[in-house]
Amino acid sequence: MPTVNRPGARLAWIGQAFLLGLALLVLVILGRALAANPILFLQQVLNGLQLGFVYALIALGYTMVYGIVKLINFAHGDVFMVGAFVSYFAVARFRLSEWPAAAFPGMPGWLVLLLGSLTVILLSMTICAILAVTIERVAYKPLRDAPRIAALITAIGVSFFLEYFGALGFVFSPRFIPYERMFNVTTWTVGAGGIHRLVSGQAVPDNAITISNIFVIILLASILMQTLLQFLVRRTKIGKAMRASSFDKPTARLMGINVDGVISFTFAVGAAFAGLAGVLFAIAYPSITSQMGILPGLKAFIAAVLGGIGSIPGALVGALIMGQAEALTAGYISTPMRDAVAFTILIVVFLVRPRGIFGEPEGEKA
Amino acid sequence: MLLEARDLNVYYGAIHALQGVSFDVDEGEIVTLIGANGAGKSTILKTVSGLLHPRSGQVLLRGESLVNVPAQDIVRKGIIHVPEGRKIFAPLTVAENLEMGAFTRSDPAEIQATMERVFKSFPRLKERLTQLGGTLSGGEQQMLAIGRGMMAQPKLLLLDEPSMGLAPILVEEIFSIIQEINSQGVSVLLVEQNALMALSIAHRGYVLETGRIVLSGAGQELINNPQVIQAYLGGH
Ligand SMILES: Nc1ncnc2c1ncn2[C@@H]1O[C@H](COP(=O)(O)OP(=O)(O)OP(=O)(O)O)[C@@H](O)[C@H]1O
Ligand SMILES: [Mg+2]
Repeated sequence: MPTVNRPGARLAWIGQAFLLGLALLVLVILGRALAANPILFLQQVLNGLQLGFVYALIALGYTMVYGIVKLINFAHGDVFMVGAFVSYFAVARFRLSEWPAAAFPGMPGWLVLLLGSLTVILLSMTICAILAVTIERVAYKPLRDAPRIAALITAIGVSFFLEYFGALGFVFSPRFIPYERMFNVTTWTVGAGGIHRLVSGQAVPDNAITISNIFVIILLASILMQTLLQFLVRRTKIGKAMRASSFDKPTARLMGINVDGVISFTFAVGAAFAGLAGVLFAIAYPSITSQMGILPGLKAFIAAVLGGIGSIPGALVGALIMGQAEALTAGYISTPMRDAVAFTILIVVFLVRPRGIFGEPEGEKA
Repeated sequence: MLLEARDLNVYYGAIHALQGVSFDVDEGEIVTLIGANGAGKSTILKTVSGLLHPRSGQVLLRGESLVNVPAQDIVRKGIIHVPEGRKIFAPLTVAENLEMGAFTRSDPAEIQATMERVFKSFPRLKERLTQLGGTLSGGEQQMLAIGRGMMAQPKLLLLDEPSMGLAPILVEEIFSIIQEINSQGVSVLLVEQNALMALSIAHRGYVLETGRIVLSGAGQELINNPQVIQAYLGGH
């Protein structure tokens, strides 16, 4: 460890002992919680998975963009917010999710729901992609050769712009507004008594966990996107060009790769994932505001750092850990503590392993 | 004339790196640029391939100006630059590096055929297709760099110090492969520290000193030139 040569290294053991103690304490608390009520514990873990898979979708954008332009795109969380709002307007104002019923009157209900929802989701993803490419061209590209801090501060500026422009009455909303879903959330209780559909207003039995359709959708969508992205990056020509460009841009150009195009494409893909996350998040937690992207954005950013920024599997692993940390804190300590815990994780990562779980050691990156 | 450079002036900020450089490369020729460290050889290649843009002067490919054409579009015109220091994509496998060389091409069968030709020149690469580029030895990386350049089916190949850091036996091999590539109709603009080797395979050569061309002539002519012998061939 390089810490040995740093001034104050003799005191480092105090910090390490403190962290070790903290980890033990967390384990003890979790162990007792599990022993006291395994069903409740499992429910918290499931809640954490739902959050974690949403964060994973957002974290991919941070990590992909960082991989290629070495920029922490702080506006990414706000692109997530725009995704939620686009779907809100599409559903609540324009009834876009009902188009299949209008176009094909005889269509079965489930197909209408499926096609309608997919249309809304694709629209949100597309608009987010266009927005992110525009942001990149207008705000980041002119600064590509400037010191990195310039682009970073610009990203924070773009983030504030989206949050407060979105807060204008004629744009989105400064207040929380109820989100209108394109399909109903159905919840099932799963326990010793079998699987039952939960009727609203009914209490959940003590010995059962609840699982909702949106939980399953988030899980599947997030895993599907991870898989697609792995395929894109590993197997396709544009994906290989992305990896080549993130390693060495001038040499990539000597291969005939349009590096600016590759960068735009990367922003577009990351933003489309954030847009999808925004829609799913709004369906799961149906109350939206122009500032709803701040905390999920920051937590996904922490997830990306924790997993090792630049690493795609790292984004997933980091996000799942963040989801658990948040759900378990909310369940066993207190709800307001969950954000504090998220940032504590960030600080601990920077102290203990700045490159994250899957990150390459400093200096090996081009 | 395949490539003509006319009166190039290239700057790095305030540094005037190329000061009125003119040279040309004809169809089927091997032309070499020799000169001391810092003379501006790599700068010339970067200007031709579009990584740098001249403040004044012209680069013409068959009479068509290349000035201000982006590097990635110059590749599509058939000029391929194999840069100094190999510049292998370390996190990509050998196969992926070669694929990137063929980025501008789309017919898989033709790409495969070119790849077979590369393997004929560098059998070592075929054994290491799934190995990461960054884990190859220096000599293997140089083979990969040249092979990657061949993948684009160049009309004009710009080679920047292909023999740097190689064992003498491998240097011989690389030079014979350059001649072989040339015999298939590819013109070569070769930058070399190893002036004797370069001049002995080149049809023509140019001698560069601090951003200016001070001598030019046929390869054999330069090998026997007292000035060249004194400065670049160790006074043999
Ligand atoms: N990016 C740069 N910024 C500033 N000056 C540069 C830059 N690149 C090259 N130079 C300067 O331009 C001059 C020519 O450099 P160039 O790389 O073309 O030399 P070279 O002939 O290829 O040398 P070598 O044989 O050492 O590779 C040198 O004086 C060098 O210091
Ligand atoms: Mg050089």
